[in-house]
Amino acid sequence: MDPTTEPIKAVKLRHPVRTAFAVVILLLVVLFVWDAATRDAYQWPLVGQYLFDRRISQAAVVTLALTILSMILAIVMGLVLAVMRLSDNPVLKVVSWVYLWIFRGTPVYVQLVFWGLLGTIYRSVTVGIPFTSVEFFTISPFSAIDLFWLAVLGLAFNEAAYMAEIVRGGILSVPRGQDEAARALGMSWRQTMLRVVVPQSMRVIIPPTGNEVISMLKTTSLVTALGFSLELYARTRAISAQIYATVPLLIVASIWYLLVTSILMVGQHYLEKYYGRGVAPQREPEDDPELPETETATETTGIAGGNAEAVPPPKREHQ
Amino acid sequence: MTDVPMVHADHIVKRYGSHEVLKDISVTVNRGEVACLIGPSGSGKSTFLRCINHLESINGGRLSVDGDLMGYRQRGDKLYEMSPSEVSRQRADIGMVFQSFNLFPHMTVLENIIEAPTRVKGVKKATAVATAFELLDRVGLAHKAKAYPAHLSGGQQQRVAIARALAMSPKLMLFDEPTSALDPELVGEVLDVMKGLAQSGMTMIVVTHEIGFAREVGDSLFFMDGGVIVESGDPREVLTNPKHPRTQSFLSKVL
Repeated sequence: MDPTTEPIKAVKLRHPVRTAFAVVILLLVVLFVWDAATRDAYQWPLVGQYLFDRRISQAAVVTLALTILSMILAIVMGLVLAVMRLSDNPVLKVVSWVYLWIFRGTPVYVQLVFWGLLGTIYRSVTVGIPFTSVEFFTISPFSAIDLFWLAVLGLAFNEAAYMAEIVRGGILSVPRGQDEAARALGMSWRQTMLRVVVPQSMRVIIPPTGNEVISMLKTTSLVTALGFSLELYARTRAISAQIYATVPLLIVASIWYLLVTSILMVGQHYLEKYYGRGVAPQREPEDDPELPETETATETTGIAGGNAEAVPPPKREHQ
Repeated sequence: MTDVPMVHADHIVKRYGSHEVLKDISVTVNRGEVACLIGPSGSGKSTFLRCINHLESINGGRLSVDGDLMGYRQRGDKLYEMSPSEVSRQRADIGMVFQSFNLFPHMTVLENIIEAPTRVKGVKKATAVATAFELLDRVGLAHKAKAYPAHLSGGQQQRVAIARALAMSPKLMLFDEPTSALDPELVGEVLDVMKGLAQSGMTMIVVTHEIGFAREVGDSLFFMDGGVIVESGDPREVLTNPKHPRTQSFLSKVL
C-alpha cells in the first residue's frame, strides 16, 4: 500500500501491566473506603454533626485570618530582607543574614513559645540613660498585645526568613540586562525595582509562595504554643475533649483544612496566569480605546511554560 | 556652544580588580557625528560604551558628555561623586541600545516605549502615546504596538528598542553591537533604521562588527584592541589602508 497523506489508522498499543495495576489500586481503595464507612471508631454521625458546628466554622475563619495576615506581613518583611541582602550596603547585608540565620535556624514551635513568654520576660522596660539614675519612663511593651496579634507576629517573623530567600531567588532570576536597560533609560533604583525587576520576578516568586501559604495554613495549628486557642486545631481538640471523641473531630478539622487549601490553590492559579503574561502563552490583547485599530498580534510563539522554572544564576555580561 | 564636543573621553582607565580593561582611552565625538568602534571581543569596546553613560564607573581620566562630567562634579580640582538621582538624570539624555535588546518582556511594545518618558520625565500619557506611535511609524512597527516582545522577531525587537531609546529624545545614542544577536537576514532592517537616524543628524557611537555600515555611515572609526585604541581616523581611509599590523590582521579576518 502506497503511503498517502491520509490519517494513520493503527491498532492502539496495549498496556496490560498498567491496566492491571490500576485495577489493583482501585480495589484497595474501595476496600478501604467500605471498611472506613462501616468502622465504628470513625463515628461518622459525629463528623456530620460537628462539621458545620458554629464554633468550628468560626475557628476556620480565625485560621484563615491568621494565615493571610501573617503571610502579608511575611511577604513585606521578606521583600525588605531580600533587597537588604542584595544591596551594596554591608551593614544591611549582615543584618539580613543574621536575621535569616536565627529565624531559619530555630524551630517555629520554639519561636512561638518564646513569643508567648515575651510578656513575662519583658514585664517592664525602663527607658533612661545607661549607667546613671536618670529614668524617663517604664512600660510593659507586650502586655497590651492581643494573643491573636502575637500569633500573627510569631508566624510572620519566622516565615519572613523563608520568603526572603524566595524573593531573592526571584530577583536574581531577572536577567541583568533588564536592570541595565531601565537604568540606561534614566529610571531610578526604586523605579527599576518596582516597575521592571519585581514584576518579572513575580513569575518565579509566586509558585513557591503559594506553597508557603498552604504550609502556613497548617503551621497555624502550632500557635497553641503561645497560648492562643481560637484557631481550627485547638478548637476541635477542645471540643473533642468535652465530648470524649478524638477521631471524628480530627476528621472535621482535616476536611476544613482541605477546603481552605483548595480555595487557596485556585487563587494561586489565577495569580500565576497574571504574572506569566508576555512569557507564557498569551491572552488576547485587550481593547484600548485610545489606540488606533491595529492588527492583532496573537501568534503564540512565546517561551513556553514558565511557572516553575529553575532559577538561573545572575548574568553578568562585560567584555 | 556648538564647539563643545558631544563626547569627550580623556585618558580613560577602567579596572575590574587588578585587570585593566581600558588603558588610556581618549576619544572625541562631535555633535552630529557617527563614531564606530570595532575590534575583537574582549578589546574593551563595550565596556567603554558603558562608561559613557556611567553604567560602569571609570577609575581614571575624565569623561564628559555635552560638556558635563559623567557621574562626578568638579569643584576646584576636587571631584565629588554624584548622587544616584543626578546620575539618572544624566542618563535620561543618553539613549542606549543593547546587543540582547533588553525589552521589558512583561510590557507591550507601546508600554515599553512610554514607560521612561512618563515615569522619568513626567510626560503626559496621551503625549507619550502619540510620540510612541510616531517613533513606531519611523521604525515601521506601528501595527505591533499591542504585541508583547516575545511575539516579535529579533529585528523587530531591536527596532522597538531603538524607538524606546528615542522616546526620551536623547542627544546621544549608544549602540552596543545592535545586530550581533540577529539572524543574518534581519540585520539589514536594523541597519536601515540606524542609517536613517544618522541622516537625521543624531550623534551616535556604534560598537559593531558591521564593517560595511562603518564604511558607509561612519564619520570616524576607532579600532580597539587590548584596552587601547590602536588606530583611528576616517573609516574609508582606515578600512582601505590600515597602518597598524594589528588592524590589518583583524580586518583581513572580518572583511
